Amino acid sequence: MIEARPAPTRKSRSVSWRSREGRSLIYQVLAIGSVIALIALLVRNTLANMKARGIQSGYDFLNQPFGFDVSETLIPYDMMSSYWTAFAIGMTNTLRVAVIGIVLATLLGTLIGVGRFSNNFILRKVCYAYVEFFRNVPIYLQLLIWYLVFTEMLPSFEEAWQQGHFFLSKNGVSFPWPVWELGHTLAVLGLLLGLAAGWGYARRARRHFELTGEPKPAVRVVLALMVVGAVAGWAMGGAPSQWSLPVKGDFQVEGGAALTPEFLALLLGLVFYTAAFIAEVVRSGIASVSLGQHEAAASLGLSKRQAMRLVVLPQALRVIIPPLTSQYLNLTKNSSLAVAIGYPELVSIANTTLNQTGRAIEALSIVMLVYLTLSLLTSALMNWFNASAAIQER
Amino acid sequence: MTSLKLKVALAAVGTAAMAVALPAHAGKTLDTIKSRGQLVCGVNTGLAGFSQADSNGNWSGLDVDYCKAVAAAVLGDAGKVKYVPLNAQQRFTALQSGEIDILSRNTTNTLSRDASLGLHFVGVNYYDGQGFMVPKGKITSAKQLRGATVCVQSGTTTEKNLTDFSRANKLNIKPVVFEKVEAATGAYFSGRCQAYTTDASGLASVRAKEAKDPAAHVVLPDLISKEPLGPMVRRGDDELFAIAKWVLNGLIEAEEYGINQANVDTIKSNGDPQVGRMLGATEDLGKHLGLDKEWLARSVKAVGNYGEMFERNVGPKTSINLPRGRNNLWSNGGLMYAPPLR
Amino acid sequence: MSAHHFEPIAPRPMPGRQTGAIAWLRTNLFSSWGNTLVTLVLLLVAGSALLSTLDWALLKAVFGSQLEACNNARGVGACWGVITEKGRFIVMGRYPDTEHWRPVIATGLMLGVVAMSCMPRFWSGVLVPLWAGMLVVYFILMKGGVLGLTEVPTDQWGGLPLTVMLTVIGMTLAFPLSIFVALGRRSTMPAIRTICTLYVELIRGVPLITVLFMASFMLPLFMPEGVKIDVLIRVVVGITLFAAAYMAEVVRGGLQALPKGQTEAAATLGLSYWQTQRKIVLPQALATVVPSLMNTFIGMFKDTSLVTIVSLYELTGALSLALNSDADWRPFKLEAYLFITLIYFVFCFAMSRYSLWVEERTAVSKTR
Repeated sequence: MIEARPAPTRKSRSVSWRSREGRSLIYQVLAIGSVIALIALLVRNTLANMKARGIQSGYDFLNQPFGFDVSETLIPYDMMSSYWTAFAIGMTNTLRVAVIGIVLATLLGTLIGVGRFSNNFILRKVCYAYVEFFRNVPIYLQLLIWYLVFTEMLPSFEEAWQQGHFFLSKNGVSFPWPVWELGHTLAVLGLLLGLAAGWGYARRARRHFELTGEPKPAVRVVLALMVVGAVAGWAMGGAPSQWSLPVKGDFQVEGGAALTPEFLALLLGLVFYTAAFIAEVVRSGIASVSLGQHEAAASLGLSKRQAMRLVVLPQALRVIIPPLTSQYLNLTKNSSLAVAIGYPELVSIANTTLNQTGRAIEALSIVMLVYLTLSLLTSALMNWFNASAAIQER
Repeated sequence: MTSLKLKVALAAVGTAAMAVALPAHAGKTLDTIKSRGQLVCGVNTGLAGFSQADSNGNWSGLDVDYCKAVAAAVLGDAGKVKYVPLNAQQRFTALQSGEIDILSRNTTNTLSRDASLGLHFVGVNYYDGQGFMVPKGKITSAKQLRGATVCVQSGTTTEKNLTDFSRANKLNIKPVVFEKVEAATGAYFSGRCQAYTTDASGLASVRAKEAKDPAAHVVLPDLISKEPLGPMVRRGDDELFAIAKWVLNGLIEAEEYGINQANVDTIKSNGDPQVGRMLGATEDLGKHLGLDKEWLARSVKAVGNYGEMFERNVGPKTSINLPRGRNNLWSNGGLMYAPPLR
Repeated sequence: MSAHHFEPIAPRPMPGRQTGAIAWLRTNLFSSWGNTLVTLVLLLVAGSALLSTLDWALLKAVFGSQLEACNNARGVGACWGVITEKGRFIVMGRYPDTEHWRPVIATGLMLGVVAMSCMPRFWSGVLVPLWAGMLVVYFILMKGGVLGLTEVPTDQWGGLPLTVMLTVIGMTLAFPLSIFVALGRRSTMPAIRTICTLYVELIRGVPLITVLFMASFMLPLFMPEGVKIDVLIRVVVGITLFAAAYMAEVVRGGLQALPKGQTEAAATLGLSYWQTQRKIVLPQALATVVPSLMNTFIGMFKDTSLVTIVSLYELTGALSLALNSDADWRPFKLEAYLFITLIYFVFCFAMSRYSLWVEERTAVSKTR
């Protein structure tokens, strides 16, 4: 019998300082050391400067009541609401513009991007002119022009254009809006649940189609599920049916819901600007699908619309989604320009806070944190969408 | 190591060394001003009557004149001033960071500003109040602005005062807040808002200079807040604080004792001992401040006494056309009361 | 046997023309009912919009700086007199009137050197001393104080020269930084990779306004007492850091697209890391991403309009400065906005055309 060899002695790993690993270690230590030293230097200087000048710091101001009014807000507030509420108001205003802007910009951008492949000469050229014009002018300038157009061209409040319960004036667009009760919240929840259920049904229908070749109506069923969910939620909440109707007061329209010129200018400016970039992204995505795919689809007898929907777009999506994500992020970040036209979104409220409390670093750090979180969330969402919707490569 | 790596390593070491070497201690602003030979004064970007530059870059206004007076007292020449135009957001950080020496920019003296920003108010050079401007029409009082849209600039006490006024009187005013004052006035003149609010002196200035037809706009008589405007300096530099405070007091006291720009050289010999003290003929008050005895004489020679500053920049003969009112001497029923210079 | 009379077949009608104006119209505009409808609607809408715009902008417009005529033409015709009157201030900012020749020459010089760098004819070692010389002459001309030129402080620089300067200098400084950051992100050393990734993700996640606010308000607080930084330098630092993050991503894409075989071949030849990067990797990677870099350049040019927020009066800021305090000409703000829209459009369109040309040129050189 062979004797068991003795266990090999553990050789201590020695790293020569002249080897590649050794140098890499040195550089990393130096790099981290320099960064830490730099940050320490900045922090030390800042604290010393603030102490010497008697500037107070700290995040305790967040619990104080903020003393200013905000012209439009989704969250109700009162005299004792703290700065937390103020920042929440700013964030909801940013999200309001960002979400609606992303949806509208995607729709408009896709239409224009597809329109550049149309048979019609004039349509092609109009889309091209749109893209070139809106891409080459700064967004800040576009927002200023939109705001000027809205404040100059709309009729003043006294001569507001009125149609039934709809008002249009320099104060904005006013329209009837239901008095928000539990039933309405449940209706929105039901709508979202119906959407989720419809999406699950659409997946099953697609698998069924792939297995048996029998098409099932997907879009109609999804819409029906959404409507059923909304109605069920509304009914469960007590079926509230009270509407708030706008009525012309002394200086402004009371009641109903209103879209201010600031919101409209910001929304339209961002939508038209971002749609031009999205159109370019969509165009390059569709152009990236090789001609052989179109020809193969035609040889299978698919119509142009079917070819676009079943063959071209799924392949184009893979190329479209990453740059589309960065366009969505750009739209969200560009909404920070609203501070110039008076829409109270996050940067504008942070600005006012900065001036009322003097805590510049704290306020700016909160703003940067919120934007970073929004960026990460959007990127994560789009990455998930990318993974699930794009074609799996072999 | 190759030269590139050596450079990178040296740079890292150098950065760390800098962190240790450079101490962060407060310097003396007065010494800096004297060695620089120039006073750096933060002013408004353009408020007629207070600080405004003409097309050749020459600044004029009440706040500008105060800076000239301080420069004349400290440096001997009212022209040795560099004017840094600042908007409402930048003004405090510019003074805190040392970019400017004095902030003379129609800034309201409040507790939070005096106590928590690391800055000091030097005094009041204009007693003001916040008011409203509306197009001429059926509104005659601020209390009629129920539900109105009001344009306001962000970063000022105006926002908070408007909210307080609105809540106290249950008016539910909707503010539209702009970053830049030009955007706010532009929105008001285009009709977006029914009223514009800022300090009453600012309203007069905007109405005179920016309205197409000044007679079509009216400044409402109600003043909804107290706005004592004055210059500011940084904390920790007591010499500069004392000089700034007493130049302001000196200009007010000069008007009380009849010293003006024209007679500052001759009035020394009129026999009034207080006049002699102030102008350095009999006593040297300047040495308490670290200046020579002619400090106030130079200031008055450069810009005149407070009354002359007022008349020249915002008085009834100018387009701003503001009455002395509260800004008159205490002996004439106003609030300008300087502690005695002795 | 009877002789059949030869009946020739009737000649077919001539086929319709496949070329020519009518055929083109038929295929492109009227090929189907839907197409025809779209053509008619577009012609109607776009045509009438175009006609009324031309009418407002050219036919009924007032070109001289006559305030009376402009006021009478309000709503009916454009008042281009506002450009005649204020155009110089809008384009030059608050630079002293008598010294306007200096920014004009300086900016012309800068644009000339940039244009030369774009032409392949000049891609050689002469570019480096050319740029260095141009920068020295530029700052001497703009700042003055030497050679008998009056000194002009940096807060008076403005208008189009400021826009051009911020873009060119920002991009010039950001480019080397972005290369280092991109290489760092692909480095095998985890510490350096993390630092570079954090930098890029942090800057790309926040709007440019907050970066400018931080740079302009906070930088003085970060410095030790007594160190004062010019506001222009602060803005250039902010823009450089911002641009470098975006360009680093673009360069990283180019580095990723390079086949791994290139670095492996370089290793077999015995080249060190930095030699590989300098001689093999970067020339190929950068050549592929020039169009995207141009896109970043165009984006930076447009983003300089934001520095108005920190009180540097470039083109857009100079406009509000010019018109907001002048009650006479303020009603004609729209015409002034359209004027600077045209300026931005011309510059950006030219740059995007150039980038398309470069893209075609690189593609041509690849398909041999």
